[in-house]
Amino acid sequence: MMPYTTRTGTGAVVASFGIAIVLTILPLPEWLRYLRPEWVTLMVIFWSLAVPGRINVGTGWLMGLVIDILYGTLIGQHALALAVVSFITARLHQQIRIYPMWQQALSVFTLVALNQLLVVWVKGIVGQPPKTWFYWVPSLTSALIWPWIYIFMREVQRRYKVMDERTGT
Amino acid sequence: MVLVLVSVLLMIADHRVHYLESVRASLATIVYPVQFVVDAPVSMSNWLGDNLTTRATLQEENQRLRAEETVLKAQLQRYISLEMENMRLRRLLDSTTQLGDRLQVAELLAIDLDPFTRQVLINKGLQHDIYVGQPVLDADGIFGQVIHTTPLNSVVMLVTDPGHALPVHVNRNGLRAIAAGTGNNQKLELLYIPNNADIKAGDLLLTSGLGGTFPAGYPVGIVTEVTPDSTQAYATVYAEPKALLDQSREVMLLWTDKTLPPLGGEKLDAKLSAKAGAAAPASNAPAAAAPAPAVVLPAPIDIRNLPPGEVE
Repeated sequence: MMPYTTRTGTGAVVASFGIAIVLTILPLPEWLRYLRPEWVTLMVIFWSLAVPGRINVGTGWLMGLVIDILYGTLIGQHALALAVVSFITARLHQQIRIYPMWQQALSVFTLVALNQLLVVWVKGIVGQPPKTWFYWVPSLTSALIWPWIYIFMREVQRRYKVMDERTGT
Repeated sequence: MVLVLVSVLLMIADHRVHYLESVRASLATIVYPVQFVVDAPVSMSNWLGDNLTTRATLQEENQRLRAEETVLKAQLQRYISLEMENMRLRRLLDSTTQLGDRLQVAELLAIDLDPFTRQVLINKGLQHDIYVGQPVLDADGIFGQVIHTTPLNSVVMLVTDPGHALPVHVNRNGLRAIAAGTGNNQKLELLYIPNNADIKAGDLLLTSGLGGTFPAGYPVGIVTEVTPDSTQAYATVYAEPKALLDQSREVMLLWTDKTLPPLGGEKLDAKLSAKAGAAAPASNAPAAAAPAPAVVLPAPIDIRNLPPGEVE
C-alpha cells in the first residue's frame, strides 16, 4: 500500500462540493423546488463524518459563504448555520458513524433541521421569515436521500482514498 | 467559535451598513463558473431552438411582428403628441415631469435561488451600469427591483417577494396604497386600505412614484379581491401582478431621468426643445416619429418608453 497523505483525494472532495452546489441552484419545476434536499449541507455532513480532521468547521463555514453569495442572502447566515452543523458532526462523528442507517438518517434530519432553524432565525431577525411549513420539507427529503448519498459517497471516498490522519478511515 | 462570531459580524455588517456590497461582488466571481454551468444547458437549448426554427415559422413570426410593429408605431405617434401636450401642461403647472426613460433588456438566468424568497438572477451587472434599487419591468408591468449587483449579473427581487413593497395608486381614482409581496407569485397584498375606501376588483394599480425607486405610471397589478372587515381597521385587499413573474425570460431594466448615468446630461429644457424639433417633422413623416437618434447610446437599447396610461 502506498502511504496516503492527508492531501490524497482533495480533488474528489472539491468535486463533490461542486456538484452539490450545482444541484443547489439547478432550476427545478415549481412544485419540486420545495422538495430539494440541502445538497451542500449533506456533503458537509458526510465529509465531516468521514474525515473530520480535514473537513470541519472551516469548510462548512466556507461552503455556507458560497451559498450566501449564490442565493444573495445575508452574507454569513448560511455560513453560520453550516459551521455549527459541521462542528457538531465532527464532534459526534464516532457515534454517528456506527449508527444503523435509519438512525443515521434521523441524525441527518436533526442536523439539517438545525441548519434550517439557524437560517430561519436569522431571517426572522432580519424580518423576512418564510411563512409556510414547506420551509422544513428539505430536512425530510435530505434525511430520506441520506442512505443513498452515504453509500455512494462512501464508495467515492474509498475509490479516491480520501483519508484523515487522525481517524485513519 | 471564532467563525460563528465572524458570521454574526458579517451579517450585521451586511444588514446594517451595506459595506459588503463590493465584497459580495468580488466573491461572486468565484461562483460565476457554477452559475454558467447550471445555466448553460438551458441557454443552449434556447439557442438551438432559435437556430433550428423552420423558415415557415420564421416567416410567420416575421409577419406577425411586422403587423405588431405597425400597430405599436401608430400608437406611439399618438403617445408622443400626448406626451408633448402633457409636458406643456406640466410646465404650465410648474411641476416636475418624467420622460425619456432608458431601457435595457436583460435575460433571466436559469438558476434557482432560495425558494422562499422571490428573487431571480439576470445576466446584466455593474458592467452595464446596473445599480442597486433599479426598477425592472417586463412587457406587462413592474417586475421587481435590483437588490445586488456583481460585475456580470444581478439579483432582482420580484414585487411578490415577502420583503418587497411598493407605493401604488389606483388608476381609476388615484387612491394611494402600498402593494406588498406575499411570497406567492400570483398575489400582492394592498396594505392599509380603509374599509370604506373606493376600491374594487378589476381596478388597475399603477406605480405612484412616491417611493422614489419606481417611476410613476407603470402598471403593477389588477385588484382581484376586496374584503372589507368591520372588525379590523383595514380591509383585506389582494391584487394580481400584471407582470408575468413566472413566465418572462426577458426583462427590462429602467433608467429614469434622475438616474441616467451617461445620458442624463441634458436638462429638461434641452430635451423639450429637442423633442419639439423632432416632433414637428414627425407629423409629415410618421415613420420617423421614433426616438431622436441623438440620445441613443451605442450599447443599450434606447426606447422612448410608452407612457402606460390606459392599458388595453
